[in-house]
Amino acid sequence: MIPEIGHFSIILALWVSVAQTLICFGGAVRSSPRLIAFPRYSSYVIFLLTLAGFCCLATSFLVDDFSVLNVASNSNSQLPWPYKLAASWGSHEGSLLLWVLMLSGWMSAVSLFSKQMPDEMRSLILGVMSAIAIGFYLFMLLTSNPFDRLLPPAVDGRDLNPLLQDPGMVIHPPMLYMGYVGFSVVFAFAIGALISGKLDSTWARWSRPWTTAAWCFLTVGIALGSWWAYYELGWGGWWFWDPVENASFMPWLCGTALIHSLSVTEKRGSFKIWTVLLSIITFSLSLLGTFLVRSGVLTSVHAFATDPERGVFILGFLIVVIGASLLLFAWRAPKVGLGGNFNFISRESALLANNVLLVVAAASVLLGTLYPLFLDAMGLGKISVGPPYFDAIFFPLMAPAMFLMGIGPVLRWKNAKTLELATKLKWAFAISLVSAIIVPILMGGWSVFVSIGLLLGFWIVVSGLVNLLEQIRRIRMGSERTIFQVINSLPRSYYGMLVAHFGVAVFIFGVTLVKGYEEERDVKLAVGGSVELSGYRFSLASLDDLIGPNYNGIKGTVFVHGADGKLVSTLYPEKRFYHVQSMPMTEAAIDTGFFRDLYVSLGEALEDGSWVVRVYLKPFVDWIWGGAFLMALGGLLAISDKKYRSKRRSVPNQATVSS
Amino acid sequence: MLIIAVLALVSLAALLVLKAFKSNLVFFYTPTEVVEGKVPVARAFRIGGMVVDGSLQRKQDGVSVSFSVTDTIHAIDVTYEGILPDLFQEGKGVVAQGRLSENGSFIADQVLAKHDENYMPPEAAEALKRAREMKLSE
Repeated sequence: MIPEIGHFSIILALWVSVAQTLICFGGAVRSSPRLIAFPRYSSYVIFLLTLAGFCCLATSFLVDDFSVLNVASNSNSQLPWPYKLAASWGSHEGSLLLWVLMLSGWMSAVSLFSKQMPDEMRSLILGVMSAIAIGFYLFMLLTSNPFDRLLPPAVDGRDLNPLLQDPGMVIHPPMLYMGYVGFSVVFAFAIGALISGKLDSTWARWSRPWTTAAWCFLTVGIALGSWWAYYELGWGGWWFWDPVENASFMPWLCGTALIHSLSVTEKRGSFKIWTVLLSIITFSLSLLGTFLVRSGVLTSVHAFATDPERGVFILGFLIVVIGASLLLFAWRAPKVGLGGNFNFISRESALLANNVLLVVAAASVLLGTLYPLFLDAMGLGKISVGPPYFDAIFFPLMAPAMFLMGIGPVLRWKNAKTLELATKLKWAFAISLVSAIIVPILMGGWSVFVSIGLLLGFWIVVSGLVNLLEQIRRIRMGSERTIFQVINSLPRSYYGMLVAHFGVAVFIFGVTLVKGYEEERDVKLAVGGSVELSGYRFSLASLDDLIGPNYNGIKGTVFVHGADGKLVSTLYPEKRFYHVQSMPMTEAAIDTGFFRDLYVSLGEALEDGSWVVRVYLKPFVDWIWGGAFLMALGGLLAISDKKYRSKRRSVPNQATVSS
Repeated sequence: MLIIAVLALVSLAALLVLKAFKSNLVFFYTPTEVVEGKVPVARAFRIGGMVVDGSLQRKQDGVSVSFSVTDTIHAIDVTYEGILPDLFQEGKGVVAQGRLSENGSFIADQVLAKHDENYMPPEAAEALKRAREMKLSE
């Protein structure tokens, strides 16, 4: 009965979405007050109905209802209950339900927090969002219904893929989806602006916190995915330029360009066309990303094509959304208008260069990701585009962008003087250069690439500090405040910018140092044997049998001693064998440290009872994800700035002192 | 002035991207194509098929392995240094990326484990399918 209630709730949600879309666009056109108020309440209704549907599915999983096809395919009676819950979004159908739940959630949030927004604008935005929702509800109900029954019911389920039975893999999809779906808000703002022909800096100020919030979630989602790959897949790698990873990275790159573009539109009224176009592109890439991963086209183009229902629907939906929005853009963009002028050396042009670099990077990643799929679909052969391509294009594009990160915040708006800039930053550059040359020598080996990476990282940090000091000095000169009061008076969005940029620097340090100084060895080890790596000694003390809730296997005990002979840590790498899917899994053992990770994983068992074991030393690897989380924290700080919570409408084009 | 600078930079970037792209494409070949000499000499490429039952041998140091990959018409010897992926099994599908050595065997840099639930990587399935078609057309 419960699955049917869930199914019915989704059908109702679809109908209310249709009603909302019709009324929103009808209401905007005819400006009837009663119709315009409707969408606020229908948004809440859609969210509650979708939540009910989701709860029904989750309940079916938690009570082991194997008469539901989705539960039988993705769960098992021996699966621990948190993973049963996670399995409700682990499948194609379930993840779509999660998607629409989040879409309706964001829609309700917009409805809730938009009291000062003009009614016409709000109803346009809610109308666009419910139109997107219609597409997803239809897709779910027509081709991917999570509530389909399996009759007669299975005796037990096929179990969740062991790779997904992990805390990181549980949170990663919801975070990613919050990001993808969150960009639908700024997309709706953009479509609304194109339709109404009105785009001013107030528009930018409304859409900024929503966009930054979505970007924060996506940052965290991607970081979690990378971290999961590192500790779960057992090979110590954290980014493979895999199509699945690229699918989430492209919207992130464009989303980053978008949040920077929005800052210009808010403060100077410029970059309007860029902002609208980037909103459309970022959301389109989110949709593309969702479908690339969820439609099965990445495992095999032909598997995708043998279930043409889903493939055709997805492609059609993508063409409609992307095509219609770009058409609208082409038609109405001139109405939106251009912004003010700016000089060749100015903050605007630095941000413009930043945008161009990010978009070109995203386009290059898109080429490398889609080209093999395209060729395969055309039957022109199977090729692959591997990490060397992506590395070769990504770093040369991002290096100038990183350099600009130091300059941009220091540059004046509209018209800046190069001499003034050089004077302010000469010490920052000198300190960065010296540090970048010294650190590799301290680490044990000098190389050009490591130095360049470190130079960029130090550059961002030191120029950020120079900027902060300059702001503090400037404010103090005009008043009698203490340093503490001055620091408090700077807006949170400024600190958000500093923290997020520091996060990028931390990330760069992590990547550069890990790639430059990581060490690995594959060795054959019997119990009692040991291997030496970079001053650490790994000794295999014992191999024991292991029994888990839905798996069994072998657990090794490895003692790690430092160069001085003292015990640094004890690690327990495991090799698990999950019963239901007959799938082996490697659980690596990691000693996480601020400055390095020690990593051990069991490879294969050999006939004489010994094992092939892989040991790693990964310096500064946790700085990679630490940097990403700092970026997200910076975004959070920026959103909490009080200018977004102020009740009065402030004057556009305010020339602010700091950011 | 700014527009020209931006366009120039974008064109330069595009050229670099396309150049990197072309030199990093990795093509896929079946064992039959390797035997017939249709594979590139100086570049990395991928082969796929089924691991021949009983062909897996581990060297004394424990870390080097050799096995044979077949598409049911021809088999190619493959050597690899490192830990094989968890899903690797004799009699199941495999894809390897690497280069051809002088004596005709394949030296793998990577052995890949991305499969669907039937334990058959799509490229390996493709190799087997092409072999079947060749046999049928004889």
